[in-house]
Amino acid sequence: MSEALINMVLLTLLAAITIGVVRARNLFGVVILSGIYSFLIASVMMVLDAPDVAMTEASVGAGISTVLMLGVLYLTKTHESVPNTTSYAPFFVAAAVFAMLVYGTIDLPPFGSADQPINTHVGPDYLARAFKETGIPNVVTAVLASYRGFDTLGEAAVVFTAGIGIMMLLRRRKKAGEDGEAEK
Amino acid sequence: MRLDVILRIITKLLLPFMLMFALFVHFHGDFSPGGGFQAGVIIAAAVVFHALVFGLYPTQKIVPMWFAELLMPLGVAIYTGVGFLTMALGENFLGYNVLYFDPKYAQERGVIWIEVGILTTVSGTMISIFYAFAGRGRQK
Amino acid sequence: MLEDIVNYYNYFITLFLMSAGLYIVVARGNMVKKLVGLGLFQTSVYLLYLSPGKILGGTPPILGEGFTVFANPLPHVLILTAIVVGVATLALGLALVVRINEAFGTIEETEIFENGSEVDPPEPDNKAGGL
Repeated sequence: MSEALINMVLLTLLAAITIGVVRARNLFGVVILSGIYSFLIASVMMVLDAPDVAMTEASVGAGISTVLMLGVLYLTKTHESVPNTTSYAPFFVAAAVFAMLVYGTIDLPPFGSADQPINTHVGPDYLARAFKETGIPNVVTAVLASYRGFDTLGEAAVVFTAGIGIMMLLRRRKKAGEDGEAEK
Repeated sequence: MRLDVILRIITKLLLPFMLMFALFVHFHGDFSPGGGFQAGVIIAAAVVFHALVFGLYPTQKIVPMWFAELLMPLGVAIYTGVGFLTMALGENFLGYNVLYFDPKYAQERGVIWIEVGILTTVSGTMISIFYAFAGRGRQK
Repeated sequence: MLEDIVNYYNYFITLFLMSAGLYIVVARGNMVKKLVGLGLFQTSVYLLYLSPGKILGGTPPILGEGFTVFANPLPHVLILTAIVVGVATLALGLALVVRINEAFGTIEETEIFENGSEVDPPEPDNKAGGL
């Protein structure tokens, strides 16, 4: 029961931070709030028994992406302009999507139950086989690197491709345009 | 930036521990939370930390740009290399069981090597991304 | 009623984050803010995946003596990779924002639509390092 309680408190804080992110106009504040948001969601992941994911989120979400966003704010500007006309259409779209999704959620199995379909087929199968077949006690690593090695290969390739894209967009040679390469 | 002595000394003290922690997270990832992704990001975070405190150019003397960019394809090459090695030894692509006579140890060996590939790609990409953003001058 | 709220609280908050992210992406014209909104949407998907895998009274999926109930490892693997891909794509989006700022002189959507064409970009300084 205490697990569920801690979980609910952290999720409420998460919702409060989200309202702050939506309302703030100062982009510096938005970036700092999203860093806090990342740490909070890492704590939620910890409560949800996912320490690997929590570690990744804490280092990636709160560390690297906050630094990158601050760098972009340095390069651009730190305040969001207030639009002249206010439209309520986006709010109603978001509210309608929320209502429909809540309606769909009611049929899901309740939180934390052991007998829901996701926890009766493939998950227990991995848990039962992983140590016998690979000798690795951390099932997440075993599944990530051994059973789903192809997934991870594709994912390393995606990270590599995104890196190349950023190099092409941002990298500036020491003497721009000298080697015939278009700078813009 | 010249007078923050405490920051600089604390940074110098912390950096070896950060790198050590990254290696621990990587090589102990079979038994505790962690693995190549987390370790790669922690290594990148250590480099970013150094650059934030000491400035970009001193950091680029330690970890040059070409080195970070070399790491990006190198990791993917290590990963696919393990795959082709297992193919050459007569298994499927990324079927680790042939890497050692006992399949259990063979699996562990394969997992460690592809995690090294992931670590290399992720850390190289994150450092290169940071260099690309930080090296871009602000527009007048 | 109260039991329902406790049972579905994770999903309700997840959906709230999702619609908040959607609202930011649709309603706000500032591109950095839009990327933050996309990040909110993305993290809500992480929660949507991780919440069903949790079993109350369980432990993380690291096998050891004396434990029998473990969380489902499969969503963890999927989300672990999604986070790293997420930051790579976020960085790509931020790089596009930087280039748009250099070409148009602004990162507000409305101002770009009003101006219509690219402003003549001033010569960027090569020597000044960013941070």
